[in-house]
Amino acid sequence: MENLILNGRPVISGVARGEALVSREPLSFWGGYDWKTGEITDRRHPLSGSNAKGKILVVPCTRGSSTTTAVLLESIREGTAPAAIITTASDFFFALASVVAGELYEKSFPLIALSDADFDCLETGDQIEVSQNGQVSIHREAAQ
Amino acid sequence: MRLNLTDRDHEMLQGTHGPAVRMAMTILTRMAEVAGARELLDITGAHIDSTVYIGDAGLEYAERLASLGAKVSVPTTLNVSGLDEHHWKEWAVPSTWAKQAHRQMLAYQSMGTIPTWTCAPYQTEMRPVFGQQIAWGESNAIVFANSVIGARTERYPDMFDVCCAITGRAPAIGLHLTENRAGTLLLELSGVSENLQMSDDFFPVLGHFLGKISLERIPVIDGMKIVPNDDQLKSLGAAAASSGAVALFHMVGVTPEAPTLNEAFQGRTPQETILVTMDILRKARAELTHADGTRLDMVVLGSPHFSLAEFKRLSSLVKGRKKHERVKFLVTSSRAMTQLAGEAGFLEPILSFGAQLTVDTCILTTPMLPENIRFLMTNSAKFAYYTPGLLNKQIGFGSLSDCVDSAVKGEIIRDETLWKI
Repeated sequence: MENLILNGRPVISGVARGEALVSREPLSFWGGYDWKTGEITDRRHPLSGSNAKGKILVVPCTRGSSTTTAVLLESIREGTAPAAIITTASDFFFALASVVAGELYEKSFPLIALSDADFDCLETGDQIEVSQNGQVSIHREAAQ
Repeated sequence: MRLNLTDRDHEMLQGTHGPAVRMAMTILTRMAEVAGARELLDITGAHIDSTVYIGDAGLEYAERLASLGAKVSVPTTLNVSGLDEHHWKEWAVPSTWAKQAHRQMLAYQSMGTIPTWTCAPYQTEMRPVFGQQIAWGESNAIVFANSVIGARTERYPDMFDVCCAITGRAPAIGLHLTENRAGTLLLELSGVSENLQMSDDFFPVLGHFLGKISLERIPVIDGMKIVPNDDQLKSLGAAAASSGAVALFHMVGVTPEAPTLNEAFQGRTPQETILVTMDILRKARAELTHADGTRLDMVVLGSPHFSLAEFKRLSSLVKGRKKHERVKFLVTSSRAMTQLAGEAGFLEPILSFGAQLTVDTCILTTPMLPENIRFLMTNSAKFAYYTPGLLNKQIGFGSLSDCVDSAVKGEIIRDETLWKI
């Protein structure tokens, strides 16, 4: 077991725990995320076919359409959204979905921005805990 | 860095101006902090993209604001809706969808907005002016307002635009500020003939490349031999805002903040210079076609919504001709523009050709296309970019006259003359 603690910036504060789903490719939710199931459906994206429901989604930022916010909000209402999102930049479109979900359903999710170097430490399958102050704790099975 | 608010901003935040203003201001200030704004600024116009029905969360958001008595405080146009109120029954739109989409339309209409129902608000009488501070949603409208008109808006997402419209305020960030509007990437056209530059399919192709290459940078296009019209610039911007996140481009000698190369860059040096060659353009053009063969079930035009000038061009291209009986032919625009086209006599030849019209929405925002329509063709890079992922259908790209010729022949054909040189 390997443990690692990264100090991120809480763009939207909150706590969450879950398995990491990591890609270096930006993701658009419009045409890229099925809010009825949580499946990533952008066939050009490396995470295509993975399900992000309840996971800690780790992508650098959103891509393309500004409708990403609306689709993410639908998935929060439906219960198919990631438990938290970790990015590199402080992404306006992800943040807005969290803020609106807070106003509308009292269901905001944590959004954490990491430095590029810290971002590169994360791997799919890591067990991640996000704390209120933006700290990201990683628990990883030791490599064989 | 702290967000400084005026006394009036504080009043709005505390609920002095009612619960809808309080909710809008709460979202606005939290997001201004996320964006690192130091203050808010006054806007004098807004365009709301949240009108598109995606699901019940978006609807509940609109109805929450409406039920709290939300009213916009600046002239505000509405983007496409999720429903063509007049023609939806002619298509595959489920009635449950129609009901929800219509509720969302009513919610935004109740806020004192102008029901333009169009993604091309810059081609209505509500077109903003040079230097005007506005808060716009809808990517193609944002890039047009910033680039072609020189109005100023950031790339605002659905649900944020309405908060700006209600409060009359926006974060003082990004493209609202002069210093952030300088070009950073230079694209020099190289060996692109004047004839190709005059053709209508050149602009979506250039825009598609622009979106992919620009990333977070502001592109400046140099080397134009002609002065493009509004519709050509609109197709360029829509393409660039689909394949990428372009919210502002400059075109030297054409767009208002770029009378010269030096002014486009505000006297600074480009971070990078890229030669746009015919090879690059041919590759970009090929990428816009996501279809294997020449099969054709339907031609779709009007993303962004058709203008009066586009109706006129189409009208002269189809005059006296008939489309193939197996192929559908659809034009989307706003109800107002379609009515104007009718009064000008442009619709009669288009309808005689066998075309159908859909108003206030488009194929991407209402589930209108039946299952058996699988092979599409368009002159719009935006339709070409989003159709495979959103509708799971194949689509080919061509010029407006390619689309008409293909609809007559019953299969996809293209004139390659200008692209070979």
